[in-house]
Amino acid sequence: MNGAALALAAPASLLLGALLSLACGRRSGAAAWIALVAASFAAVAGITSAMAALSSGAGWSLETAWSLPWATFSVGMDGLSAFFLAFILALAVPAAAYGKGYLAHEGGSAWTSASWAFFQILVASMAVVVLARDGVLFLIAWEGMSVASFFLVIHDHRRREVRSDALVYLVATHLGAAALMAMFGLWGRGAGSLAFAALQGAPLSRTVAWVLFLLALAGFGSKAGLAPFHVWLPKAHPAAPSHVSALMSGVMIKMGIYGLMRFILLAGVPPAGWGYTLLGMGALSAVGGVLYALAQHDLKRLLAYHSVENVGIITMGLGAGLLARTAGMETVALAALCGALLHVLNHGLFKSLLFYSGGAAAHAAGTRDMERLGGLLRRMPVTGAAFLAGAAAICALPPFNGFVSEWLIYSGLFGGALRGAGTVSAVLFVTLPVLALVGGLALACFAKASGVVFLGEPRSEEAARCKEVSPWMTLPMAATALACAGVGLAAPWAVRLVAPAARALAGLSRAAAWGSPVGTGALSAVVIAGWMLVILTGVLLGLRRLLLRGKTVSEAPTWGCGYAAPTARMQYTASSFAQPLLAPLARLMRPSLRKKRPKGIFPERASFSSHYDDPADRGIFDPAVRLLERLAGALRPLQQGRLQVYLLYVLLTLVALLAWEVLT
Amino acid sequence: MTAPWWNALAVLPSLLLSPLLLGVIGKTKALVAGRKGAPLLQPYMDLLRLLGKGAVYSRTATWVFRAAPAVSLAAILLAGFMLPAGPLAPPLAFPGDLVLFAYLLALSRFAVIAGAMDTGSAFEGMGASREAAFSAFAEPAFFLVLGVLAWEEKSLSLGAILGGADVLSWSAQIPPLALAAAALFLILLAENSRIPVDDPTTHLELTMIHEVMVLDHSGPDLAFILYGSALKLWLFSVVLVSMLMPAGGPPWASMALFLGGMAGVAVLVGLVESAMARLRLVRVPQLLGLAAVLAGLAALLLMAGGVP
Repeated sequence: MNGAALALAAPASLLLGALLSLACGRRSGAAAWIALVAASFAAVAGITSAMAALSSGAGWSLETAWSLPWATFSVGMDGLSAFFLAFILALAVPAAAYGKGYLAHEGGSAWTSASWAFFQILVASMAVVVLARDGVLFLIAWEGMSVASFFLVIHDHRRREVRSDALVYLVATHLGAAALMAMFGLWGRGAGSLAFAALQGAPLSRTVAWVLFLLALAGFGSKAGLAPFHVWLPKAHPAAPSHVSALMSGVMIKMGIYGLMRFILLAGVPPAGWGYTLLGMGALSAVGGVLYALAQHDLKRLLAYHSVENVGIITMGLGAGLLARTAGMETVALAALCGALLHVLNHGLFKSLLFYSGGAAAHAAGTRDMERLGGLLRRMPVTGAAFLAGAAAICALPPFNGFVSEWLIYSGLFGGALRGAGTVSAVLFVTLPVLALVGGLALACFAKASGVVFLGEPRSEEAARCKEVSPWMTLPMAATALACAGVGLAAPWAVRLVAPAARALAGLSRAAAWGSPVGTGALSAVVIAGWMLVILTGVLLGLRRLLLRGKTVSEAPTWGCGYAAPTARMQYTASSFAQPLLAPLARLMRPSLRKKRPKGIFPERASFSSHYDDPADRGIFDPAVRLLERLAGALRPLQQGRLQVYLLYVLLTLVALLAWEVLT
Repeated sequence: MTAPWWNALAVLPSLLLSPLLLGVIGKTKALVAGRKGAPLLQPYMDLLRLLGKGAVYSRTATWVFRAAPAVSLAAILLAGFMLPAGPLAPPLAFPGDLVLFAYLLALSRFAVIAGAMDTGSAFEGMGASREAAFSAFAEPAFFLVLGVLAWEEKSLSLGAILGGADVLSWSAQIPPLALAAAALFLILLAENSRIPVDDPTTHLELTMIHEVMVLDHSGPDLAFILYGSALKLWLFSVVLVSMLMPAGGPPWASMALFLGGMAGVAVLVGLVESAMARLRLVRVPQLLGLAAVLAGLAALLLMAGGVP
């Protein structure tokens, strides 16, 4: 069977599965099975096709006529599509398995079966997005992705805040889609066709190219969750069921990254300004995302803000790579772009892992409020260990996968700063401490999240009663955790998945080999260091066991510095943990704090609460919505509610049209 | 990666001599205060005694608490593989190892913080929170210093950067070098919980940072933690001494100069601790901001000077 048929079998089987799931009606257990089987079949078919294209280096394209206007049904495969196709389909399988366990308690309902249908439509449309080679097909798949994910987000539609968060998402995603339609329209007008092959060849003037870039940035950036287009993300992802949060945060937002990369491949040699813009927006997202993640008390919202941060890191890598390319440093560009692409995969893995385990914890305790959790590692050993592994991976700690991709991005930044000249070099140099700050803050944030939720003593009855979740949920966690360690400890192999796409983005031919500063030699040295770390830790643990042999090892209460009656409520909370970091930034982040201090000798109840509003909400979108409401209000006098008035409008419109026809 | 076998010897000084640094600091402080002080080898005796003891664990703690000291020490040990010791080149060197160095230290910090949170103690949570915060503020300054050094030497490997950098080749660059060294010294004080950021000898848990995080560790675990802290202080001092040390010359002279420099850093830390009190906690971010500004100035001078 050829590559095209195999690749198209993936979305086809998922769409078929979606129909079958819908037909299941109230037997949603069967619908879940169908989704799992369809996702597994799609993964086998799609990944086989993608791997064949990656290993042979030969892409393919397929074009047939279509009954839609201005469109052909045109799909194709290259390095970028192959990597993203494999990435999407590989992560859909554990999400389906986890979802089967997660939704099991809901019992059978047609709505749950429909949710499984939307799940498969979402995966299928993402697969089509990365295969599409025609603007119309691309936009149809893009829209399918947005609508399917909207219905997945609104799963718990009985809760009011879920409905409002899902609506914000629907509006945001359509604003983004509008920008994309404008982009394709403008581009296709010049090129005479919406086929990617025609767009690629279309000559663009400087201004038009910039307008197209800014439209793509708004459209794809809002899907990716780049600041300031990220406002929907911390609302929609927590509202969704956790397997959907994992799929959206880990995979779907990367479609924005795919779109940006595809745009750059089609638009020709990028000017330096694009690189600077991407680098700046990436840095803003990374720093802003991690700061607001630190300020959250809601576990899933914290994870969602970290997606903003990580998309920022990916975009920084992309921007740095493009800058290095324009400055003629192709090997440096290759390092940064490989880092960005590998971070796409890595973030997909560890963010899925974190949403699986964090979602399981929140599910078991019945609350996402970290201040009510604690001590879950004892009660849910697999979930807790999985979350800790994910935390280490997202903080880019060796030997996990996050370190390898961030190391590649750092190598690109250092390499560009050292070998470049003038502004490029200075800008890349300035980016170094920014990325370092993001790393330090992310570490603090995940020390807080894993410490407060999984370690210590439970802070509430619900947390104390938590039990380990079913194997349907723990197995996907174990699999993704192993994949995180595996990619970290076998990095050169993983880099091979992204190298063709990175080469194309860096403007290098396939023949061009790795060069310094990031030859495969340095990469294998990183891996060797990772293995050394594992071995050293093992040796030290063995030494510790040997030293303790035959000695008295006893257990006692935690040392309370002399205080004899500590309670679980005296533990450090998530808010107190983040306070030393956020207090110096209070002027920047403007928290709303409510304090009731203890007063007098016998104080009454005292309380403290803090809340951080997103500055993009407060500064941009709330005023914009208010302005829109005012303008819409100005049109209200037109609506009289009387039939005669509306007939008059019709008549006036006809007269006006007639006059226009006569006069022109 | 293909380094001669004797480069492995470069880790020996750090393994053997790092607790001595703490001894020198203690002795300096004692002498300045007019006391006799503990013997220079006291830290070794403490470690030996702890290694021979049993252990007491909190009933709240899980495997995280028990694994944390070993993970932390392993990360610091591996970081030591990437630094030179005077004339000896490091056994592990590749372009980009400076990022691995920084992130290994981050791993060690993460392990200790997780261990502290695992006890459920309010005091240890407090220390963990402060450690996480101040390290996050120190991180950009540290990368700026690394960037300045890498820029000057046009290399991404710590061994080459620190082996090559010296006052003589920098003669035209004395101001950026001095600024970067000052920044690094501030980071050294903060990352190793010394006065004016943290007071390792205070008796009040409320004011501690690093020491309060390890209140519940005992026996070999505590020995691992203490040895790890000593090693970490050694590693930062190596970076500081190596960036200022002239390269070349006979190996024995270079080794003597290196060890003398290390002792000098310890004495300097002791003098700072004798002369200053601990800063209020809210002032610490400003101190680390100062370090970042100094390093940033160094970078600026270097770049301006680099334009022909």
